[in-house]
Amino acid sequence: MTATLIGFCSWLESTAPSQVVQNVGWIIPTVQTVHILCVAIVFSSAVLVDLRLLRLLGRDVPLPAVARRYLPTTWPVLLVLMITGGVLIVGEPRRSLLNSTFYIKMALLAVAIVMTLGLQRSLRASPNFWELTAARRAAAGIAAAASMLVWCGIIFAGRWIAYTSTG
Amino acid sequence: MMATLQELIAYLAQSAWADSIRENEFLFPLLESVHVIAICLVIGTVLALDLRLLGLASVNRSVTSVARGILPLTWGAFALAVVSGGLLFISNASHYLANRYFDAKICLIGIAGLNMVIFHLGGAKDRWHWESERRLPTKARLAGGVSILVWLAVVAGARWIGFTM
Repeated sequence: MTATLIGFCSWLESTAPSQVVQNVGWIIPTVQTVHILCVAIVFSSAVLVDLRLLRLLGRDVPLPAVARRYLPTTWPVLLVLMITGGVLIVGEPRRSLLNSTFYIKMALLAVAIVMTLGLQRSLRASPNFWELTAARRAAAGIAAAASMLVWCGIIFAGRWIAYTSTG
Repeated sequence: MMATLQELIAYLAQSAWADSIRENEFLFPLLESVHVIAICLVIGTVLALDLRLLGLASVNRSVTSVARGILPLTWGAFALAVVSGGLLFISNASHYLANRYFDAKICLIGIAGLNMVIFHLGGAKDRWHWESERRLPTKARLAGGVSILVWLAVVAGARWIGFTM
């Protein structure tokens, strides 16, 4: 498995697009800047909704309205994140593909996506779903705290890729 | 004033904290991660408010209502960004000060602050008359537009520091 992956990285590094990313100095910092700006949008959106779920912020606005304001943005911005992240991988495949921190980041991202989808679907099915009973309010609070931790974990892992890469 | 600032920076750069951050291989990336989390929250939340000023989002709510649901998080995150950024800075103060992208970033944050103060104390003084309109006066849209551009430049400057240190 690892041998195949190393072979894949070597092949990717030798392709023309990878060569361009490697040799044109401004591409990586520019793409990283766009990537971080997109992380800022997705992460802030999630935290604003999570803080509303915890009843710590924006209590004068109903939860479904806060979710409708911020969560839909997640999906197009996530697409930009995948494209910019893809460019960074093409430029330096070993830095991430041979780095366990990268896979931790992707696993946490999968959790965050499932949680966001779950929240959107539950609110679409029943706008006051998370406010009906005390148990649901408690569950919503726990899920919100977990969501913020998962997103912080994604950013931690993202920064740590630079320190754990061996390639 | 400048001399005092220089003395303070020199004092902090020689402190035990600065030594620890320099020498502990775990502490620097940890502070960086906290810093990235904090600046992401600052920029994402400021952007949400700027989009309201520009009339591109949350247009059915007043500016004050949108700000109240966002700014406590912005300021908390900004405080965290200043503390984590300050600790990163004192670990290598002279190199950061000599880096023009670092200097540009600090100036840009100053401009973002100035833009906010001018809008808050000047343009927004009579906001009770217009803040619930979908399309806000030019001064409000200008403040929102300038804010977005300046914060974009702050992130670009920040990223370039990493490639030029």
